Amino acid sequence: MDDDKILKVKDLSVSFGDFNVFHDISFEVKRGEAVAIVGPNGSGKSVLFRAILNFIPYSGKVEWTKNIKIGYVPQKLFIDANFPISVNDFFSFKTKSKQAIIEALNSVGITGNEEHLQHHILSKKLGALSGGQFQRIMIAWAIINKPDILLFDEPTSGIDVGGEETIYNLLHKLQTQNKLSLVLISHDLNIVYHYADKVMCLNKEMICFGEPHVVLDPTSLSKLYGGEAKFYSHEH
Amino acid sequence: MEQNLLPSILVGAFVGLASGYLGSLMVLRKMSLVGDALSHVALPGLALGIIFNFNPFLGAFAALFVSIIFIWTIENKTKLSTETLVGIFFTLSLAIGLIITPEPELLEALFGDISETSALDVAIAVILSLFAIFVVHRIYNKLVLGTISDDLAKSVGTKTKKIDFIFLMIVALIVALGIKVVGTLLMGALVIIPAAASKNLSRNLSNYAGFSAFIGLVSSVVGIYFASVIEFSPGPAVVLASAAIFFISLIFKKD
Repeated sequence: MDDDKILKVKDLSVSFGDFNVFHDISFEVKRGEAVAIVGPNGSGKSVLFRAILNFIPYSGKVEWTKNIKIGYVPQKLFIDANFPISVNDFFSFKTKSKQAIIEALNSVGITGNEEHLQHHILSKKLGALSGGQFQRIMIAWAIINKPDILLFDEPTSGIDVGGEETIYNLLHKLQTQNKLSLVLISHDLNIVYHYADKVMCLNKEMICFGEPHVVLDPTSLSKLYGGEAKFYSHEH
Repeated sequence: MEQNLLPSILVGAFVGLASGYLGSLMVLRKMSLVGDALSHVALPGLALGIIFNFNPFLGAFAALFVSIIFIWTIENKTKLSTETLVGIFFTLSLAIGLIITPEPELLEALFGDISETSALDVAIAVILSLFAIFVVHRIYNKLVLGTISDDLAKSVGTKTKKIDFIFLMIVALIVALGIKVVGTLLMGALVIIPAAASKNLSRNLSNYAGFSAFIGLVSSVVGIYFASVIEFSPGPAVVLASAAIFFISLIFKKD
């Protein structure tokens, strides 16, 4: 595989029994590139993630560059406020190093000295965090072992509009600073225009793949969303 | 009665410790009622042991083993809702168990009896309880992460199906042991109540698991002791003791 390509997907298809989720998806992700995946509900976006992560059976080829480290943030997790797990416990599933935890927190914009972080963040219950804080913690968790690529399913679900932009700014910063590749599932085409180098339109099949300004034309959009504008403002 | 108390308290202490510890995970994984239902499955196995004169613990464990393979297969191979099937299968087992258990032993099977505890019983209970705690301790964090998100656990390389299966097997082992202490009808309480009480008192995982195990131990020991003093059946006494701790924990509930 070329050195700058870290993921190559060819003719990827997934079916659950007789139900075909999507078929014949082919694309590549380069180092440091941000790829957004757009499509209506039920178009197979999250399943695509689960297939390239090898969580579910698929046909076709998924080729990662050797020794790649992948960070993954799944779609909206709901943690019960009574779930007896602290933020610290959650990080301990991934690392025993306090230093690594603090570095990861700093890079998602949660700053302060060890004592401050321990008191205000790490000793808190995971379920007691606000939506924005929780997403930051999830990103910090995903990037703690310095991955080469971050797969992020709906980065902004559960976050108000103000917080939404900061999460994207943050991801963008991580991408440029650490040469991190990003693959994002998003509902918001504005964000795609603003932050993504490439976009994939997915609705059971790949309708487009390329630079957003080039490939997101009215034809592919109406094919993708069936000409219904209501999908554009879809919110969870 | 007094001389017999030490072996029963030892069995109760270790089984209570292990039940509390495993129960902490079962409550997090919303499996509380699985423990309850499983204990019902043990009854026909127990009855076969009594009828054909082999160790009832083995019979109970064998019945649990078969039913766990059954649940695990349904969960993994079909898209069926397990709840209804499990409900039917387990109440059916209870009904069969009630019919085939010889009358004199029925009360003991339903509510437990550790007044006659041999040295071998003690050894088995201590070794298996420690074994269960050891195995579950090794997969505890992975199970918790899998509870939060199966995909997240897989993303860090955890074989979630495999550890789920190991956990269920260990649950079967502890349920089979616990039946001796509190009986098939009340075993659910021995795994659920200590964890529920501990949840009220804990903000992090190690406190939660630790308190839960400790409350399991204390309720067994206190229950068995008081049952012998007032000449009462130990099973219900253990459940009463753990429920008392639960109500006290409500006063100290941490948000």
